[in-house]
Amino acid sequence: MASTNTDSRAWLSSPAAVKKGVPEGLWKLCEGCNQTIFWKEAAKRQNVCPECDHHWYVSAPDRIAQILDEGTFEEWFDDLEPADPLGFADKRSYADRVKAEQRRTGMRDAAIVGSGMIRARRVAFAVTDSAFIMGSMGSVVGEKLARTVERAMELNLPLIIVSGSGGGARMHEGILSLMQMAKVSAALARYDEAGGLFISVLTNPTMGGVAASFASLGDLVFAEPRALIGFAGPRVIKAAIRIELPPGFQTSEFFLEHGFVDRIVHRRDLKTEIARAIDYCGK
Amino acid sequence: MAPQHQLAFEKPIYEIEERLDALKESTVDHEDESIREELRSLRRQRIDLTREIYGKLEPWETVEVARHPDRPRTSDYLKLAFEEFVELHGDRAYGDDRALRVGFAKIGGNKVLVAGLEKGRTLDERTACNFGCAHPEGYRKALAKMKLAAKYGLPVVTLIDTPGAYPGVGAEERGQASIIAECIYEMSRLRTPVVCVVIGEGGSGGALAVGVGDKIAILQYAYYSVISPEGCAGILWKSHAFKQQAAKALRFTSSDLKSFGVVDDVIEEPLGGAHRDHHQAANLVKQYLARSIREIGSRPIDDVLSDRYEKFRRIGVFVEDGQMIAGGEARQA
Ligand SMILES: [Zn+2]
Repeated sequence: MASTNTDSRAWLSSPAAVKKGVPEGLWKLCEGCNQTIFWKEAAKRQNVCPECDHHWYVSAPDRIAQILDEGTFEEWFDDLEPADPLGFADKRSYADRVKAEQRRTGMRDAAIVGSGMIRARRVAFAVTDSAFIMGSMGSVVGEKLARTVERAMELNLPLIIVSGSGGGARMHEGILSLMQMAKVSAALARYDEAGGLFISVLTNPTMGGVAASFASLGDLVFAEPRALIGFAGPRVIKAAIRIELPPGFQTSEFFLEHGFVDRIVHRRDLKTEIARAIDYCGK
Repeated sequence: MAPQHQLAFEKPIYEIEERLDALKESTVDHEDESIREELRSLRRQRIDLTREIYGKLEPWETVEVARHPDRPRTSDYLKLAFEEFVELHGDRAYGDDRALRVGFAKIGGNKVLVAGLEKGRTLDERTACNFGCAHPEGYRKALAKMKLAAKYGLPVVTLIDTPGAYPGVGAEERGQASIIAECIYEMSRLRTPVVCVVIGEGGSGGALAVGVGDKIAILQYAYYSVISPEGCAGILWKSHAFKQQAAKALRFTSSDLKSFGVVDDVIEEPLGGAHRDHHQAANLVKQYLARSIREIGSRPIDDVLSDRYEKFRRIGVFVEDGQMIAGGEARQA
């Protein structure tokens, strides 16, 4: 998904200029309609399939470029990198895995945080990128998000978090990852008491410990169409209950129907919708 | 009498117990000094051997102890450690989840609100509570009653013993992720003392949903993990057969958790594990809870809440500016 051969830190100086997440070939098979799509056509539509409207993967830097006003993003806490507190190794060591992911994605970990403008409204903004160890939350993602919430509170800014985390809590950092759910949620509870406005945007995929913490705690919860969202992964559920899962299970539309998502927002409208919600909440 | 469920690594202990039983039965004359000496020696051996085996459990063996079918459950602690339990069933939205037992209770003379994850013991009980896997309605009930407790100044005690929150269609439809998030969020600011004890399995988000408090304790042979060793092995090693390796890699035993600052206290278990002596285990938990509730209750609630925030805020290990930061050192500076 993410390109493999770019200068790993190039985007940092100029987020808007980056083109990450673009496959190297000219064509891409769309998961939504199974058609081969000329990627430039999708890229013009913010990586949305021109044939079926399927929302493709968007890297964190591209997400920043799509949602924030051009040139307004100022990155915070960019010097945080994963440690290896457990000395974890499966078939491969976590330390090696992190290095390889950093090279592959150009990111230090799965979240980028900072502040910027959305149609001239200043906001605190964070995004998790599903390309970096499935967007999972370990100590770095937890710390960056908690600091972002605290700074949003200090600066009295609305907070937008765009989640793309299929991996939930990152198992390579064990219990420390689980505890990041409590750390970020506790920060959000304080922010809430201070009157802060938090808009959570769920994108494909948002699962496990990320769904079961900050991503579900928005004053407003938006979701991109047809994103996979849920607590347990579909394979885990299938293995546990041994029945076929209903069509459309664990999609944005499923959670809208069951009352856990406020609005499904097409990618092209996300910026406008966020700006409008901020205005309604008087921030 | 040997228990029905025997763990492989406990085999030498059961062998000695069998010899003890056999000697007791076969001997008519218990006054015989040489036989009495042999009985004493076997009992000593049993204690030494148990201490030795339990002194060097592998992480996977700890998981087996934590999941032992004879291990005391929340329902056992409710009977043995608490003087009274007045169960409250209503989540006001969907139904009564038997995997979470919630109610008023008294412990060491303290009135509290207890919420405990329940695995059940008989097959009927275990089925009724989905083997300790709670649904959203269970968490919703626990949260509603914890808020009630805070309203009336009752301290909250939680007992944690779950393989994880229930993974199923209904659980997703009724917002499993959302309610777990809400529990964590609300517990972090609940204006009353909160003490949490992991008594068996601390299974990921389903455990953390009732695991945010002022003091987090864990029984010596319980474990608390981001994912089950089988789940982790399945994903990273592509086979459940690597569960022992995963158990080791995840560093989730009580001593690891203490070293990471994730738990405040480890409650020692009776020799050879809580399953060998429910009464003693319950007594140790009772003493811990009564003491902790008194300690926290004697402090101004605003201080308690700010310490609770800092406790979780500090957890994590990362590199910043090329320097290793663990346990919130950067925040202190
Ligand atoms: Zn398509």
